Amino acid sequence: MTDESIPRRTFLVGAGIAGTVAATGIDPAPAAAAAPPESAPVPTPTAQPEAWLTLNPTEAAFVTAAVDTLIPADDLTPSASACGVAVFIDRQLAGAYGSGARLYRDGPFLKGKPEQGYQLALTPRDYFRAGIAATNDWTRRRHGNDFDRLAEAERELALREMEQGKAEFSGFSSKDFFEALLAITMEGFFSDPIYGGNREMAAWKMVGYPGLPASYRNDVKTYFNKKYDKPPQSIADFV
Amino acid sequence: MATRLKEVDAVMVGMGWTGAIMARELTKAGLNVVGLERGQDRIPGNDFMLPNLRDELRYAARLELMQDNSIDTLTFRNAPDEFALPIRRFGAFLPGEGVGGSGNHWGGLHWRFLPTDFRIRSVLAERYGASAIPDDMTITDWPVTYDELEPYYDRFDKLCGVSGKAGNLRGQIMDGGNVFEGPRSDEYPNKPLKSSAGALLMAEAAKSLGYHPFPIPVSNSSAPYTNPEGVTLGGCQYCGFCNRTACEANAKASSVVTLMPVLRADPKFELRTRAFVSRLVYDKAARRVTGVVYTDLRNGEEYEQPAGIVVLSAYVFGNTQFMLLAGIGEPYDRATGKGVVGKNYAYQFEAGAAAFFEDRQLNSYMGAPGQLVCIDDFNGENFDHGGLGFFGGGYFAGGSGGSPPIYGRATPHGTPRWGSEWKQATVKWYNHFVRFNTQGSVYANRDNYLDLDPTYRDALGRPLIRLTYNATDNDHKMSRYLLEKLEGIIRAMNPTSYEMHPRPKNFTIVPYQSTHNTGGTMMGSDPKSSVVNRYLQAWDAHNLFIQGASVFPQQHGYNPTGTVGALSYWSAQAIINQYVKNPGPLVHA
Repeated sequence: MTDESIPRRTFLVGAGIAGTVAATGIDPAPAAAAAPPESAPVPTPTAQPEAWLTLNPTEAAFVTAAVDTLIPADDLTPSASACGVAVFIDRQLAGAYGSGARLYRDGPFLKGKPEQGYQLALTPRDYFRAGIAATNDWTRRRHGNDFDRLAEAERELALREMEQGKAEFSGFSSKDFFEALLAITMEGFFSDPIYGGNREMAAWKMVGYPGLPASYRNDVKTYFNKKYDKPPQSIADFV
Repeated sequence: MATRLKEVDAVMVGMGWTGAIMARELTKAGLNVVGLERGQDRIPGNDFMLPNLRDELRYAARLELMQDNSIDTLTFRNAPDEFALPIRRFGAFLPGEGVGGSGNHWGGLHWRFLPTDFRIRSVLAERYGASAIPDDMTITDWPVTYDELEPYYDRFDKLCGVSGKAGNLRGQIMDGGNVFEGPRSDEYPNKPLKSSAGALLMAEAAKSLGYHPFPIPVSNSSAPYTNPEGVTLGGCQYCGFCNRTACEANAKASSVVTLMPVLRADPKFELRTRAFVSRLVYDKAARRVTGVVYTDLRNGEEYEQPAGIVVLSAYVFGNTQFMLLAGIGEPYDRATGKGVVGKNYAYQFEAGAAAFFEDRQLNSYMGAPGQLVCIDDFNGENFDHGGLGFFGGGYFAGGSGGSPPIYGRATPHGTPRWGSEWKQATVKWYNHFVRFNTQGSVYANRDNYLDLDPTYRDALGRPLIRLTYNATDNDHKMSRYLLEKLEGIIRAMNPTSYEMHPRPKNFTIVPYQSTHNTGGTMMGSDPKSSVVNRYLQAWDAHNLFIQGASVFPQQHGYNPTGTVGALSYWSAQAIINQYVKNPGPLVHA
């Protein structure tokens, strides 16, 4: 169903995701010049090609499309990927967390009750690899294309069906994968920018979170029942 | 073969709160003490510094200060007929690791149990008749009373610089404090923290309904404070990061702040980190533990550390595991009800609520847990249980603040969890909500216990602890009752909207609920029904003293740390005044 001879980047633009994944790291300018369809999210000046640590081109395209569907560009913030959330996820999965640091990984690996929590042998990196493949397999069956190549409304529908557990992935829990995807997306959006997401503290500005230094000993009195008016600061602003 | 080291007077297995208290008391009495800690050292001036401490991803999401599950974890199942599976990553509860233990990342809420909590089985029998206590509810009286522990509660309060307002000072009921508490011999060392705007709304509503609101007692010093050890704590910065993170201001009390500076300077104390104790060396005939065996994680060498006194000061699960592995005391058998080690595991049954206030600016990111206001009207035996169909209770706390944005956001029920509509709602509500919690008791039940897992092992090849636990009908009824009363308070606060969050039927290992695990090596009045006596001395090994919440016979409606600290001071006093002079059983069975 997917014509692998066509470079993924072209499809990305076709799907309306401006300036995202350049798998080869080539200047995306010609692609960005293509006219996006009506449903396209607002392109943002911060969007630029990313260098990926662990995600392959298909995965990078998926993650970018997924986080931009979960957190789209609007008048509150640029899209999640423009805020660095896809980069955040790539770095997290490439690092200690993604490699299963602090995770008990002795067998036997048996299927448990939901009450018993995560019971797979997969590291987070491999879990996302499997989840992305399962999602694309399902959207190809259902919508005729990989997730990132779907129109925005179809991507929203796909995620909603996953969230509700209605998406019937082959041999994989769509609901569990959705929850993992949503959790890491929110971590990337709201964590300190030193991890690659929340660029220019866009998420913190959005909700009115001042970040650091968070030493409010006097402010709790000054700003009692009052809006705090200082611009946010990151860990990087204190080094 | 383990290399045998030179004998010391006392060895601590674990260097969190109780290891540090005991080490300090014993070195002060002239004993040479070695503290073994399997985690890393944690030094505030180096490890807990700005700006990096204000990192919600690192500490709250990636759990930097918690026990490493890849080295050691436990298995879990809801019921005895299920197959237990390992907790591969902690969720419902978060035991700490390294010097300071869970005391580095606690929220600091610092409570005493009620005088009636210590005699709970007798009190229930007196008030409702012995037959009213269900057969499967295996609660017991504590072998120590509130009055006996009070001086030690007071010592621990002063070590930590607890901030609060007394409600019962030497029998005199004091307005503005907790009027239900047992008599205190002294006022709190520090004044309460400044209550949050949301907390004051709750206080006003609670008062209008005839309840007795007061500022929650907390181990964050509200002002700079020098404790009796001569260590100075800073004033709370209201940063909002207490839970899961340490404190750069040295305002939140932990053993690394309040005691370790003194111990580190004491030649009678030696700290060995990355020392993973694998077992106790038990001489059953002599009824003594002659020492402990540990693996130095830095070089893989195994050592035997002989000691005159052995103090088990690990977490609840580790303490119980050491006893079961060494065969000290009879393991609990759920089928027959006989045996004691692993019996009466209990937990905290917390359920909460959120209320949204469109027109109030509540600055969710500022603050400390100590800014909460609470009521204790529905805790323990503070209210009549006649006709209610359950026993137990808990305090209610509420307030705004202390909610960094990864985990601290709240939107009203029914709001989408993603997309533009979610963003708009998040912006609208992030600084406009109040959170509530009911800190419910868990009265021990026959079916909730700890034993050794038959399948899964830790990094040293030892069987993991197996946790069999589920919420009981009693606890669900109790919690529903508390939420009903809480809902009345919330309504009186007149919010734009609110929602109650009852617990699901089954206990689940995710998401986070509470790190108030208790029991497994319960204290009691005789060796048939308990593992340690009233001085925390093991009935079957007189030089072994077990510290921490593993000795609780059941869990009451309060955070456990205040009682954990008091019990350690009480136990230390018995060791110094009695045991050292005349080693042997302090209570004759």
